[in-house]
Amino acid sequence: MYSIATILILVAIAVGLVRAFRGPTLFDRVMAGNMIGTLTVLLVAVLGFMNGRPEFLDIALVYVLISFVSTIAVLRVYVSRHGDPDSD
Amino acid sequence: MLDMLLDILSWILLLGGALFLLTGAIGVLRFPDFYSRLHAVSVCDTLGAGMVLLGLMLQGGLTLVTVKLMLIFYFMVFSGPTAVHALAEAAQVSGLDPVEDDPEDG
Repeated sequence: MYSIATILILVAIAVGLVRAFRGPTLFDRVMAGNMIGTLTVLLVAVLGFMNGRPEFLDIALVYVLISFVSTIAVLRVYVSRHGDPDSD
Repeated sequence: MLDMLLDILSWILLLGGALFLLTGAIGVLRFPDFYSRLHAVSVCDTLGAGMVLLGLMLQGGLTLVTVKLMLIFYFMVFSGPTAVHALAEAAQVSGLDPVEDDPEDG
């Protein structure tokens, strides 16, 4: 049961990687990065259940916040450098 | 009898969530425009993750594991839409305008 879910999540991560490489704009890549981040959280949680190791969930919990903060950070840096001068 | 029922229910939820993740990922790949892809990402994040985590919660039973899974889901529900909003706002500020007509179907 867990192995099927793990394989599906890995395929979803691969599809996210394809979008990350192909994405024309930076925002596609940041979006793909954010998606792969949450998929990794789920992968770690499922693997923690598969191997019977409950402490994996702490890693997944921390990684949710890290991936969120990293998305906001990348966007903030990009907008501060390339934002339109006329927008508020 | 009850735990057999719980196993089947968590099995269905887990695989349903994984399938939703896959459809969200394929949606991210195939949508023509950045803003429509944002929709696919948020669907994939909140719904697919919610079902997978719910399926794991049923497996975990009433222990600390379920509390951690709820915390993960709690942060995911808050951080997902916020990140997608920040993405859309940053794209809008930087002058990325949505594609009005789909180029493929002319």
